[in-house]
Amino acid sequence: MTEFFQSLGMNYEWAWFVATLAGVLLIALPLMLAVAMIIYVDRKVWAAINLRRGPNVVGPFGLLQSFADGLKVFLQETIIPSASNKGLFLLAPIITFTVALLAWAVVPFSAKMVLADINVGLLYILAISSLGVYGVVISGWASNSKYPFYSAMRAAAQMISYEVSIGFILVCVVLFAGTFNLNAIIEAQRGFGLGVINAYVVHPLLFPMWVMFFISSLAETARVPFDLTEAESELVAGYQTEYSSMSFALFWLGEYANILLMCMLNAILFFGGWLPPIDWEPLYMVPGIVWILLKTFFFFFMFSWVMATVPRYRYDQLMRLGWKVFLPLSLLFIFLISGYLMLTRYAV
Amino acid sequence: MIQTFAFYLFALLVIASGVFTITARNPVHSVLWLIMAFFNAAGLMVLVGAEFIAMLLVIVYVGAVAVLFLFVVMMLDIDFAEMRAGFIRNFPLGIAIAMVLLAELVLGIGAYQAGALELGVPDGSAAPLADASNITSIGALLYSKYIFLFETAGIILLVAMIGAIVLTHRESPEGARGHQDIGKQNRRRPEEATEMKNPEIGKGIEL
Repeated sequence: MTEFFQSLGMNYEWAWFVATLAGVLLIALPLMLAVAMIIYVDRKVWAAINLRRGPNVVGPFGLLQSFADGLKVFLQETIIPSASNKGLFLLAPIITFTVALLAWAVVPFSAKMVLADINVGLLYILAISSLGVYGVVISGWASNSKYPFYSAMRAAAQMISYEVSIGFILVCVVLFAGTFNLNAIIEAQRGFGLGVINAYVVHPLLFPMWVMFFISSLAETARVPFDLTEAESELVAGYQTEYSSMSFALFWLGEYANILLMCMLNAILFFGGWLPPIDWEPLYMVPGIVWILLKTFFFFFMFSWVMATVPRYRYDQLMRLGWKVFLPLSLLFIFLISGYLMLTRYAV
Repeated sequence: MIQTFAFYLFALLVIASGVFTITARNPVHSVLWLIMAFFNAAGLMVLVGAEFIAMLLVIVYVGAVAVLFLFVVMMLDIDFAEMRAGFIRNFPLGIAIAMVLLAELVLGIGAYQAGALELGVPDGSAAPLADASNITSIGALLYSKYIFLFETAGIILLVAMIGAIVLTHRESPEGARGHQDIGKQNRRRPEEATEMKNPEIGKGIEL
């Protein structure tokens, strides 16, 4: 895009600056729209599984429900508890929201549509997603209230536990792709399964990794069955208890932006990202962004499906799954996969 | 131009957050300023082209170590007045440590200026692999030239980890309060966990 602005007669610095700014807006604005629509989808899927109708009043089929909710929270009063630490209390939702947007900088929507095509893309996403926990922890502490504080403690322990196994799973994918660049990881999946299927998931050593990644991404985004941080039967609403109005809405938007990012990562790392599912020429006529959005939507449907069907875990079960099941299993698979690659690809 | 601007922005923020870390009255604020300093230091690393180190700094220090640090500091009930009182008493020690650090810094810069050390050249032409990303370069060095040092570091960490587990692990005997048998919990089926009773009206049931 820099070249386009240069052709309009700007010098390189200004063209770069304007192009980056335009890129940020082109990602952030549709993302906010997508979050609003995906909340509607979530509620509709959840309702359909419960044999209810879900939102159906505002707009045709209730399509404008999220916008009505947004307008509602915008007009509400922001309540700041008098005993809270005011600065941090207001900072926490901003951190959550900003961090949720930051990670999208390296996501490739198609071969050319990526804001920052850096060669440590995957590490960048890991780094940014590990920052997400600060919003929760700071809000829990700054609220100066029992339940948010419990929630913050839970969130800190939960995020760290599952990040460890997510890290190991990503190492497995990186071993196969030989790079940390997200576009190159997608490119490495072209014709991976028997020269026909564009996906890592078909490999018998990577399929279990995907299952673990999917479950870990549920835990990382604190979705049901791992939503211990906002377990309403124990903690009122967890770290969001004291929040109202836009500060609450920022948490909400950040949470769903993170969920979309995790769905997209599932698609990029294991299902070929913007490549069509099958390596067949006519399918490449469809632009890459359509494929990646379709895959992301599919994973989001799976997230909603899990949310509607599975009961919440107990906290010790959650910790046990992370440390005693996923961690040893993912370590074992790193060992197996590097051994397999040494035998087949790097055999001397 | 933008590099210079970014450098001064990050450098200024690192120094400012460092100052706030030691002057903040609230220990939680101190930790948050420390995290800010880590984050901006990562920004400086990116500017010198060490993006791998920068990402590791954020993942390991900001994402894991500082979270645990914050976790502990938030739960501690610290008496601020008492902490202030210790300042004068520990002042000479603090000055001594600061002098040692300063001396080391001067010595380090002096040794670098003397040119006796092989630190490579700024344009990277002496790197082990030409035109490789710095992940590849670090890997190529770490797993060939420094393999024994790398493995020693790994073994030290493993020993420390096992030590921490041994020190804190407490086996709770069968039947003790808090003892859980996960296998037993998983084997439980609805048929044995619940029992259907059909009591007569007004009679109740024996449990």
